[in-house]
Amino acid sequence: MFNDFEILETLSMFREQHLDVRTITMGISLYDCATGSAEETCRRIYDKICRKAENLVRTGEDISREFGIPIINKRVSVTPIAMVAASGDTTDYTVYARALDRAAAAIGINFIGGYSALVQKGFTDADRHLLASIPEALSTTNLVCSSVNLATSRAGINMDAVRMMGEIIKETAERTAAQDAFGCAKLVVFANAAEDNPFMAGAFTGPGEPECVINVGVSGPGVVKTALESVRGQDLEHVAETIKRSAFKITRVGQLVAREASRRLNVPFGIIDLSLAPTPVVGDSIARILEEFGLETVGAWGTTAALAMLNDAVKKGGTMASSYVGGLSGAFIPVSEDEGMIAAVESGSLSLEKLEAMTAVCSVGIDMVAIPGDVPASTISAIIADEMAIGTFNNKTTAVRIIPVPGKKVGDKVHYGGLLGSAPIMAVNVASSADFIARGGRIPAPIHSMRN
Amino acid sequence: MTDSSKQTAVITVVGQDRVGIIARVATELAALSVNINDISQTILQDVFTMIMLVDLPQNKFDIKELADHMEALGHEMGLSIHVQHAGIFKAMHRV
Repeated sequence: MFNDFEILETLSMFREQHLDVRTITMGISLYDCATGSAEETCRRIYDKICRKAENLVRTGEDISREFGIPIINKRVSVTPIAMVAASGDTTDYTVYARALDRAAAAIGINFIGGYSALVQKGFTDADRHLLASIPEALSTTNLVCSSVNLATSRAGINMDAVRMMGEIIKETAERTAAQDAFGCAKLVVFANAAEDNPFMAGAFTGPGEPECVINVGVSGPGVVKTALESVRGQDLEHVAETIKRSAFKITRVGQLVAREASRRLNVPFGIIDLSLAPTPVVGDSIARILEEFGLETVGAWGTTAALAMLNDAVKKGGTMASSYVGGLSGAFIPVSEDEGMIAAVESGSLSLEKLEAMTAVCSVGIDMVAIPGDVPASTISAIIADEMAIGTFNNKTTAVRIIPVPGKKVGDKVHYGGLLGSAPIMAVNVASSADFIARGGRIPAPIHSMRN
Repeated sequence: MTDSSKQTAVITVVGQDRVGIIARVATELAALSVNINDISQTILQDVFTMIMLVDLPQNKFDIKELADHMEALGHEMGLSIHVQHAGIFKAMHRV
């Protein structure tokens, strides 16, 4: 039925190469929870999440046990709360964050996403209330993640929102200063946000999604790294081919888990997110894959080319393995969550500017990057603006999850623990962008007919 | 994946070769009413490597229980024994 090589290879992927399913995320629509009373809406939100996701954690654990596949996270993403809260009778939206937090704790998941607003073109009143409440919401809850979509390729970039998010990130950092600005690790801004992304902090259930859906995020940098070790010195065609084969196998494991979870929970299967997601564990790093290409360290010239190829080959292998691929699907390059990235920053080979270039060819963006606490809000907004431009003008998703740590300077390091890892404080260009950010308004959507 | 309801598992036994490994593992499986469909066994650089394809008795116990049981046996015998659902191998290695 199977040959010995195949069986031993699979065994080694789970045993030595850290292959796992990173998350089973249940998307739940909260549209039917909206009422004129915030209290009633919160009650409905809590009840619906507890009802729909009651068996999520247990089912994930059962599948993990029966198939011998580690499933690291079980999570829930919901309709952007600004849409659900709009009809309520309060402007203090933190009540909704607390309702989400209570529901997440009750069902035993480790994060809930969707304290979100989509403001790429402009703000509803509800969007403004939600944005204003983010610092308090993230500093007074444990499990709630927040995301804001600031730009799309069709609508352009809402620079008023970009300016506001710089300030909101700073305020969130101040309010969670005692935990080294941990609140900012739960807050992400997007261009072209994916409505079916299962990964935190950016997961939410977009307006086009069904009532309830199962999305699965796979992982497996270690598997790709190990496979590449077998083609050392060979030309790049062999590298591309090897990555595709690995991505196929990884994705099939995700597909198996997703179908099984969908069947047992009686909830439709949505998508597999093909992202290679690192963890701080040695042997589970994206940076080390790039180095396996032949780079002395990630950040060296050639890194962007290697990453572009890795990202593309992962998608090619993965789409063969599953018909429904979505979410972010590519290589993640968070700094704090990847021991190879951390080492490159500490050795001085990886700068924020190089990271920015890398985000032009992979998923997500400037992710889990800690910077000095005294970087002005306008500079953070300008970093966001640059990332939004890369996403908007290249028709891809980009994001910023940046952590200005109060009281910390370049050379310091902050520790968040678990999957979030630890982050060396990175240097930020000190030249001012304040007048640019102060202009406000919108950056018009790019023209798509002349693709040069 | 319809495979999930049919409880077929792959057992791998890896370790230092000595007399009676197959006998001991097979006896244990027989005692648990686990039927062996296929065995392949080889010595790779002095390392004993055996792969078995087995059927679990319907509804008697789940794969995890078998895995725990066999892992304990492996520990006792100084070998590494792993049990995994066959569905994984099919998903990964068959287009």
